[in-house]
Amino acid sequence: MKPRPKSPGWNVLGLLPAQLIMLLTLIIPVGIIVLVSFSTRGPYGGFDFVFTTAPYKQILFNEGWTGELEFNPQYLIVVGRTLVLSLVTTAICTVLSFPVAYFISLQRASVKMMLIYLVTLPFWVSMIVRVYSWIIILGNDGVIAKALRALGLVDNMGSLLFTDTAMLVGLVYSYIPLMILPVFASIEKLDSALVEASHDLYGSRLTTLRRVILPLCKPGMMAGAILVFVPCLGAVLEPTLLGGGKTMMMGNLIQLQFGAARNWPLGAAISIVLMSAVLIFLMWRGLQAVRREGREGDV
Amino acid sequence: MSDANVRRYPGFNLFSLLFFVYLYLPIAVVIFYSFNANRIVANWGGFSLHWYTTALSNTALMDAVKTSLLVASIATMVSTVVALMAALVLVRGREVRFRRVSETVVNLPLLLPEIVVAVAVLILFSQLGLTNGLLKLTIAHTTFCIPFAFLPIRARLQGMDADLEEAARDLYASSWVAFRRVTLPLILPGVFAGAMLAFVISMDDFITSSLLNSGGATTLPVYIFSLIKQGVSPQLNAISTLIMIVSVALATVAFLLQRRQ
Repeated sequence: MKPRPKSPGWNVLGLLPAQLIMLLTLIIPVGIIVLVSFSTRGPYGGFDFVFTTAPYKQILFNEGWTGELEFNPQYLIVVGRTLVLSLVTTAICTVLSFPVAYFISLQRASVKMMLIYLVTLPFWVSMIVRVYSWIIILGNDGVIAKALRALGLVDNMGSLLFTDTAMLVGLVYSYIPLMILPVFASIEKLDSALVEASHDLYGSRLTTLRRVILPLCKPGMMAGAILVFVPCLGAVLEPTLLGGGKTMMMGNLIQLQFGAARNWPLGAAISIVLMSAVLIFLMWRGLQAVRREGREGDV
Repeated sequence: MSDANVRRYPGFNLFSLLFFVYLYLPIAVVIFYSFNANRIVANWGGFSLHWYTTALSNTALMDAVKTSLLVASIATMVSTVVALMAALVLVRGREVRFRRVSETVVNLPLLLPEIVVAVAVLILFSQLGLTNGLLKLTIAHTTFCIPFAFLPIRARLQGMDADLEEAARDLYASSWVAFRRVTLPLILPGVFAGAMLAFVISMDDFITSSLLNSGGATTLPVYIFSLIKQGVSPQLNAISTLIMIVSVALATVAFLLQRRQ
């Protein structure tokens, strides 16, 4: 094989545009977010760079008239709600995905193709349209309310919208295709000889599922968990449209600070909290993956 | 016991059926009510195409569509070219220094929550004093479209036999000719898939576009959001249905392209 004349110079040139765009529009600006989160609020929105930790204090405390700090959990509740809803969404997606992915993997190749297409299709359909459709279903005069009334089950129920449950339904609906695909991929890779071996050794179906199939699907589920959990943490549309003003998540709280509330430093500080949450989660996952690889290496 | 028997679990079929109903029922409801003649969405007043004609003659909507198409087209072209260059180096290049780090940087928008990306560009543009709404949107969209264009191209390149390029080079093709006559035709489905994905991601973006929404550049999702805030309406359902038809057509093309791989 003769050496190719492609010099490292070409490598640098080819990568340059992408790296430059990321550096200028993302890496440096994220640095500026850190700066803004330690700045004072400008008189007309924006920020003045005078170092202060006030934005972070503001997440936890209210400042009284005389400057005394009073604990105020309102933002902490938003952070907590975001974490809990994202975790519950990830858990529900994992549980719902497995039977569906397993069912798909049992089909003939052409049917399999078709079903995978059907799973991914909603993902191509505008996110905002998909979230909006739940307003029609859950709303005061929505499909569910009407159906229950027609059946005479409930006379006048409160709106299902603007609740944590509505947000949860929207989040699961939005992100579940991202869980099904990796779980399906790991089921497809599963060696059917292992399943048969388990049966030959008189393992019941349930035992086989619990001791053989599910453990082998764990990597797929973990990959799906990242794909679902991270966008959930930063979700904006679901909490804005299905949650309303009283049940915010971090995503729309940040948006509010950079929009109507005009408190950029507070918005920046919450962004840093959000980014840290994502980073901690990804690092924890990374560590787990490394540990698993180590263990498999020992065998 | 037959093989098919032991691998099946009771209830999975029904469960999966219910799941697909759950996946498609909301979409079906929107489409169904878009044909409702009644102004009040939930009261059926007979079949009508009225709301489609209203939607298509809505100038604000058409302006938003134009803005979205313009931003998405430019962002798609730029991000696909940039992603293709990066993928060629990262997959094919030799002695690439910092390969892992470089790849992470290219995929950075996927690792950050989108609201953080949006806040980052918002602060950047305000510091630069950039006021042109279209320009701001195009720059921001190009940034977050790059990884979506990059991943399918990289996958295609990794699946392609490098010997073919070597053969072309052995037959005295220059780097450029080898790329244009051998590599590019072979990875074209991946490039198309990447471009399509970037286009859809840009058309669909709400978070960044709404945060940057000033300077007279309202994209389609931002406009739809403002309609939703005014309340559920049959026209909104008609617009949503039209968007879904376009998305499904695009998704089908992308799916068929990938199946060929």
